[in-house]
Amino acid sequence: MNNPDDLFATPADADTLARLHRRLEQAAEDEGLLDVAYRTVDSPVGTLLLAATPRGLVRVAYDVEGHDRVLDTLASRLSTRVLRAPKRLDAVAQELEEYFSGRRRSFDLPLDLSLSKGFRLLVQQQLPSIGYAQTRSYRQVAELVGNPKAVRAVGTACATNPLPLVLPCHRVLRTDGTPGQYVGGPAAKTTLLNLEAAA
Amino acid sequence: MSTKPFEKVVEEHGRTVLRVCRALLASHDADDAWSETFLSAMRAYPDLPETANVEAWLVTIAHRKAIDVLRSRSRQPVPVEEVTEAPTGLGVPDADDGLWQAVRALPDKQRQAVAYHYVAGLPYAEIAQILGGTIDAARRAAADGIRNLRKNYPGGGPS
Repeated sequence: MNNPDDLFATPADADTLARLHRRLEQAAEDEGLLDVAYRTVDSPVGTLLLAATPRGLVRVAYDVEGHDRVLDTLASRLSTRVLRAPKRLDAVAQELEEYFSGRRRSFDLPLDLSLSKGFRLLVQQQLPSIGYAQTRSYRQVAELVGNPKAVRAVGTACATNPLPLVLPCHRVLRTDGTPGQYVGGPAAKTTLLNLEAAA
Repeated sequence: MSTKPFEKVVEEHGRTVLRVCRALLASHDADDAWSETFLSAMRAYPDLPETANVEAWLVTIAHRKAIDVLRSRSRQPVPVEEVTEAPTGLGVPDADDGLWQAVRALPDKQRQAVAYHYVAGLPYAEIAQILGGTIDAARRAAADGIRNLRKNYPGGGPS
């Protein structure tokens, strides 16, 4: 015991911390403190971050968006009471798994759209009207929301979609039929289009 | 105002706060104090100034929670819980080793000063704030605590 600092260098019990974390998740939920709950899930298009407020699913994020950066943004835009708490996202994880295995064609989940507003929100809310395995061009979506000249703004709305997959911006293509840009990267967009075409 | 997600606070400081709680309380009580500390911290977190020393803030909360736990225990005349609780086998393998027992056997101020300086790594100025005395008194309490530990726990650090 030469150096008192070494005295306490016990390996803290990882199991205990995991158990205490679960207890904190539950207590925070019970006390109404869990402003943003999140978890990750594995998928054919990479690890997805899922985040929900008490109102519903608020964010789905691809790896390429940088999950830490997304969590920082949620903390600054919604609340810093952000906790890894998988339970609130059980239903979301379940529906996504069904979607990726071809057994689900639309999502039935409470959504919190508070990260979007204005024209972008209007466009994003219209996206579920594009059915499974169908596609529309950016121009067609612009017409759909009653603003046929706003093709570029539709592109921006898709690029800033806080709920990709659930609000299916991957079904919006360029007028020449090529996939175009995607918030999860062009490869993910192609994977999703192929998945839906095959199911 | 805080800006980081609270999860980062738990990730970065959960382990240290657990050690502090274990230095102050027996393992079951230490778990309760940890839980109470982080729940309170999560409640207050949005208002925490960005410049605050988060670890000192958490240790201050843990200090109060540990006192609450000890008070509530001392009001309970019979420790029934030991009889009724089913063994879970969860998470207590090293919690009651001799070292922690020796720390918990120290007088209050020494135990707290040792925990906050040597376990949490807080400077004596912060500890003086938590304990409500001078910086010198905090330093002396920690030194006395370590001297007593050397006497009562001659085996040194854990293997």
